[in-house]
Formats: sequence, C-alpha cells, structure tokens
Amino acid sequence: MTFARFTRPGLHRLAATLLAGGATLLPAVAPAQEDETTLTAVMHSGLRVLDPIITTAHITRNHGYMVYDVLTAMDENFAPQPQMADWEVSDDGLTYTFTLRDGLTFHDGAPVTGADVIASLNRWGARDSGGQFIFDVTESLEAPDDGSVVWTLSEPFPPLLEVISKQSAVPPFIMPARVAETSPDETITEYVGSGPFVFNESEYEPGVSVTYEKFDDYIPREEEPSWMAGGKVVNVDRVVWTSMPDNLTAMNALAAGEIDYIEQIQIDLMPILESAPGVVVEMRDPLGYVTIGRPNFLHPPFDDKLVRQAALAALGQEQMLATMQGDPEYYNVCGSIFGCATPLADETGAEIVTGGPDPERSKALLEEAGYDGTPIVLMAPTDVVSLVNQPVVAAQALREGGFEVDMQSMDWQSVVQRRAQQAPVGEGGWNMFFTNWMVPEISDPLINVMVNGRGDDGWFGWPTDPEIEEMRAAFVAAGSPEEQKEIAVRIQEHVMDNVNYIMMGEYLIPQARRETVQNMIQSPVPVFWNLTKEAE
Amino acid sequence: MIAYILKRLLATIPVLLIVAIFVFLLLRLTPGDPAAILAGDAATPAQLERIRDRLGLNDPLHVQFFTWFGQMLQGDLGTSLISNTDVVDMVAARLGPTINIALMTIVISVLLAVPMGVIAAWRHRTWIDVAVMSFSVLGFSVPVFVIGYILIQIFAIELRWVPVQGYAAPTDGVGAFFSRAILPSLTLATIYIALIARMTRASMLEVLGEDYVRTARAKGVRENVVLFRHALRNAAVPILTIIGTGFALLISGVVVTESVFNIPGIGRLTVDAILARDYPVIQAMILLTAGIYVMVNLVVDVSYSFFDPRIRY
Repeated sequence: MTFARFTRPGLHRLAATLLAGGATLLPAVAPAQEDETTLTAVMHSGLRVLDPIITTAHITRNHGYMVYDVLTAMDENFAPQPQMADWEVSDDGLTYTFTLRDGLTFHDGAPVTGADVIASLNRWGARDSGGQFIFDVTESLEAPDDGSVVWTLSEPFPPLLEVISKQSAVPPFIMPARVAETSPDETITEYVGSGPFVFNESEYEPGVSVTYEKFDDYIPREEEPSWMAGGKVVNVDRVVWTSMPDNLTAMNALAAGEIDYIEQIQIDLMPILESAPGVVVEMRDPLGYVTIGRPNFLHPPFDDKLVRQAALAALGQEQMLATMQGDPEYYNVCGSIFGCATPLADETGAEIVTGGPDPERSKALLEEAGYDGTPIVLMAPTDVVSLVNQPVVAAQALREGGFEVDMQSMDWQSVVQRRAQQAPVGEGGWNMFFTNWMVPEISDPLINVMVNGRGDDGWFGWPTDPEIEEMRAAFVAAGSPEEQKEIAVRIQEHVMDNVNYIMMGEYLIPQARRETVQNMIQSPVPVFWNLTKEAE
Repeated sequence: MIAYILKRLLATIPVLLIVAIFVFLLLRLTPGDPAAILAGDAATPAQLERIRDRLGLNDPLHVQFFTWFGQMLQGDLGTSLISNTDVVDMVAARLGPTINIALMTIVISVLLAVPMGVIAAWRHRTWIDVAVMSFSVLGFSVPVFVIGYILIQIFAIELRWVPVQGYAAPTDGVGAFFSRAILPSLTLATIYIALIARMTRASMLEVLGEDYVRTARAKGVRENVVLFRHALRNAAVPILTIIGTGFALLISGVVVTESVFNIPGIGRLTVDAILARDYPVIQAMILLTAGIYVMVNLVVDVSYSFFDPRIRY
C-alpha cells in the first residue's frame, strides 16, 4: 500500500514545493514601462486599415496624424494655421498659393514637393465630401515649382482653408506622389509620410499592435502646439499602440504600470482607476461625441414630416444620455445640430428634444398625420457597446409617444448592410437607426453628412431637401464668419422642423494615463507629440 | 498502420472541400458588407459600390469561389479585405500564441487531472472523491472569465508575481513566456482538469472492478503499479479521446481567455474577422479549424493502439 505518498502532510509538502518553485520561477514583475523612451498606449480600437484617405475610421485617422503631415491645421479656436505650408489668397478669392516650408522630407529621405501635394489633394478630394465641394469649383491645381502649389478656383470658396484644415474624418494627409496616385477606391500599400513618427511595418500586427518610431529628420514648427496645429515636438523614441478588447484588462494593466495611456475609459469602470495610485483620469477631448437618430425619408411613415416631428417629440435627450453614460458629468443635453462647443453652436428650435420627452405632443402629431399604426422598424445593433442602449430607450419612448415599434436586434455589420437598402420595409428596408459621431465630424454644414439633402446621392436615410442644399450653398459662399453663423442658425431651425436627424445630445469619454506621462495636449484627436515620459 | 494513416489523410480532402464550399456560401448569405467596414460610417453608397467593385465583391459567386479556390490550391489563402495583409501571414502570426497556450493548458490539465481522477476512483466514495468531484462541478460551472479575473487579482495585482496581460513567445525568453502564459493556461486548465478528472475517474471505476486488477492485487503488486500501470492504461482510451477533443477545442475557441489576458491568438482573429465580414480570413480560419480537428482525431485514433494492443488498424 503506497497511500502514504498521498497523505495530507505529503500533499502539503507538494503544495508548498509548487508554490515555492512557482515563486522562484516567476520573479516579482517590474512595471513594463520603466523605459522612458517608449510609450505604450491602449487605443479605442485595433488598427486594421492603414490608408487614412479610404476610410473614415477614427483609429486610421489617428494613425494618419502620426505618420503624415498636413498643409494646414485647426487650432483650439477653430482657426486654420500653417503646418507644412503658409498661404496667400488673391483679392478675388479665386487663387490660393501655398508655399511649403523648408526642410520637409518624407521618411524615405525624399523632399516633399508640390507634385506630392497635388497628388495627395486630388486623391483626398475624390473621397472626402468637403473636398468634393472644393473640387467642384476647382479650375486648376498646379505646382509652378517644387516648393509651392497654386489652387485656382472658378468661383470663390471662402471656407477652403477650414475644409483642408479639418481634423476629422478624412484630413488631407500629404503622401509621396507615387503613393497618392493609387486609386481612391483602393488601399495604399506603401506607408511613407513626412509626419513626426515613422510607421514600423515589420512590427505591425493588424488589429493587435502598431509601433511608431520618432522621425529624427522631422522639423517641428516653432509655434506652441494647439490642437492639431503648432510645433509637433516628439520627446519619446517609440510609441506602441496596442488594442485590448477587454476594458478591465486595460485598466488593470495601467494600474500595474504595464501600459502608459488608455484612450477611452468605460464610465462604469471609472472607480477602479480613480482609486489606483499613480494613475490620472482626465478629459483631454474637449468636444466629445454626439449620438443621433436617423429616420428613413423614402418610406412611410417617416416620409411624412409630421411623423418625424412626432418622433422628435417622443424622444428626450436626458433619458437617452443618462442610460448611455449614467454619470451626468460625462454627458451634455445639447440641441445644436453642429455641437454645443463649436463656433456654429445654436440651439434654436431644440427645446422639443432637449426638454422632452413629450409623448402627448407626439400622439397629437401622429393623429394629425393619420398614422395608421404600421410598426416602424428600428435597427438595434447588439455588438457595439456605444450603440446598444439608444434603440432600447428610443423604442420605449416611441411606444409611449403612440408609435408601434418593431425593434430588430442584429450585429452592427447587419445594420451597416441593411441601412444601405432603399427597398420598402417589407422587402428588407428600415425606418430608423442610431449612430454616433465625433463633434468635429458634424460641426459645420459641409462636413456634416446628415444635412446633405441630395436624396439618393446623400447619406443613408436619403432626404431630398432642396431647401437645405440652397442653405449649404449659401454657407459656402458666405464671406464672413458672422454670415456663416447666420446661415447655420437657419439650417438648425430647418433641421429641427424637417427632422433630417434627431440630435440626442453629447457625451464625453475620459482618458487615463500614468502620472509619469506629462504634457499631453488637449485635442479632439489623441496626439503623441509634445508629451514627456519619466521613469516609474 | 501506415496504410491506415494514409487513407485517413486522403479522407481529409473531401472533408475540407465540403467545408470550403459550405463556409464560402454561408458567408455570402450572411448579411454584412466588408466595403462598409473598410470605408467607414460616412461613405456614400456610390463610394461603397466602387470599393466593392475593386475588392471583387460584385463578381458572380462562382467567379469569386473559383478565384479563391484556385489560389488556395496554390497555398495562397488570399488577402484580408480590411487590412490588405496576406492571410497566411496573419494566421501564422496568431497561431503561435494559441498553440503554445493550448499546449501548456493541456500539459497542466493532464498532469493534474489524471492523478486526481485516478485517486478519486481509487478512494471512491471518500472525502477525496467528493473533493475531486466538487472541484469538477466548480470547474464546469464558473465562467472562464471569472476565473481569469480572480487569478489576475491575486497573482498579478496583489502579489505582482506575473504581468496582468500580454504574451511573449518562448523565443523571447522562457521566463517571459511562462510569466505571461501561466495565468491564461491555469484559467483554461480549470475546465479541462474538471473534464479530464471526471472522465478518468469514470473509466478507472469501470476498470478497477475487472478481474485482472483483483488478480494483480492478490499477487501483491504495489498499489501505485496496479493503478497507474494496469488500470490506467486500460482506462486510457476515453481519456485520450477527451484530451484530443479538448486540445482541438482549445485551438479553435479560446477567445474569451485571449481577450481577458490580451493574447493575440487566433480566437480573437476569428471573431474580429467575423465582425468585419473579412471573408478570406474567416474562410481560412474555419478551414484551419476543420483541419486541426481532423488531424487531432487522427492522432488520437492512432494513439489508441499504443495504449490498447487489442486495437489494430
């Protein structure tokens, strides 16, 4: 009998040996980020698309700002500032001359020339809605020499500098001409920019991690950094972006000092980080996001303005935002369709949605419209955390407002495919969906795709709205910020009356960093220049 | 035996062919649009249409299938529609972490579970048996991410013996590898220890009642020899089956553990590809998974004959 081998003291010895062995084998773990020359950041998503012109994905735009530079950039006052180039505008407003600053080189050592700028702007103009506006009135875009570019218009386009300085969704990044000559409907395959960081292709794992090295030959501007403008001074040798699908894991890793920065914190997990030593939680994106509902104008019942107004009355921002965010510190009831902290902010006509819900008014409007009780199909994505709550809250509010609602749960990919269907609801169509935007993406009538009134050529929902198109054209032609603002207020009033989309308010997403990371810039886009890092 | 193995290997060809056709058609019937993921939220329908054209998504189904199938026969699994990266490279980069974690999990599970099952059977209806069975029920019942978080809290946050997350290849250093692989492996091992211990116990209970065991004991053979040489060897076939199935499951479906411990394995690759409708990657992953199941089953079948001489092919 050998049972003695398995007696309790024997088991104890075995356990003690295993634990001791384990402890010896696995030495105490030092923070992985003691190295002050490498900054490790957990971004909101994995980087999978490396072409910042073909996609509007935020992570790819962020990647663009690391690797590429821009001609002009927006500062914290929403004013365009020189970045790669200074400019002069002719008195008639038809000719813009850009002069490249000295010393601009691509990561492969080649100088940046006017030809590179032209090829890059052409490709951007084929993809970006604002760019398309400019190219509609472009007479010529030429490089008289290597150091300058002349953009000649057939009619004045006063917001040209604002459009090419925009920070989202597709900024006009400058690439070598050979890369920028790629079709705008194909992704680029060479990733050479002239920005402050060099993309390390050999360490790139799509969706997992991406490494950027400091570009030693980058010459920053001398001005102080301000949002995307000013001097981009890099103080670390490497920046590593990694994606962590589990928010709690990212927070634990930050608390343990294994990473330096988290771009987006889940609000309900905030208490964990707020009590962690050595961690700073803050708001570095002053503008935040908006969440919106979009009705389908093509089919009943939302082809009727009264029914759309009923939906507007039935939905209340406070209810929606509180469900999404919980903590009032991280949301703003905001009725401005261009965001409440932007130059065009105005809440005219928005009381109905900022003060709502008003189910009785909704019912009265439905009765006036003769709504027959046909259920509206509300698409509800189940796999995108930031979009899960809106349809659920909206469905209940709409029911209370007299609507019949058929909320259909599906993954985001199914929403994406189905929202492109113009067929009637019974044949695979839809009536309403919700989505989110960064405020810079909706902050003026040229950028905001939801105020596009070109029917089938517009964004999903396809309103044919000549009145708003006239106002957008007037906005383009406006000669002063005051005139632009006056037109923006008219668009605001019109959208609140016509219900082109339902503004459901603003929300903010905090970031977190180790205390050792200092001097991060406040900006709607996370940037990694200017910051410094000390050893733990 | 060699003829048997060759026959089984040949039989994998029609299996993989059927899987390939099935997966291809199923994906095309599933709603979703990789062009929309690629282009982002603000793309207009006209822009999406042009991207679909470029990606070949507007080609007739049979053209798409034969293009992909022709490439596959030459060892080319295509290019990711989203990241424009070679699928073979993507899978190769992700396979290492998953296989290494799976192997470590299986080793831990077998080393712990088989003795546990043997002892539980040997001490049938004693507190040891109850303890082993209770652990099994617990192992089955507690969700894997809960175990992961508990282990992280204890060993990574409180004791700081190991990192919270991440993966290091064995080539980066044995210490770095073990310190990052141990918690995910233990997390995954919990359920497999439960599974294998139960199976071992059940098989052993059956075998321990056999005449040859009684005879061996009557001859005065030492108990550990009776248990581990005579009884366990005869009880091995179902245990091997469960280990083989467990390994294949570990290779194909550890996405939760990979997420909790931030391991860049093929579970996450598959889920990301499905969410983005990245057809070439999904097709490659499902074919790979099918191939792994076929091969693991073959290895398990062949290994039966080493433990049970009565089994001959």
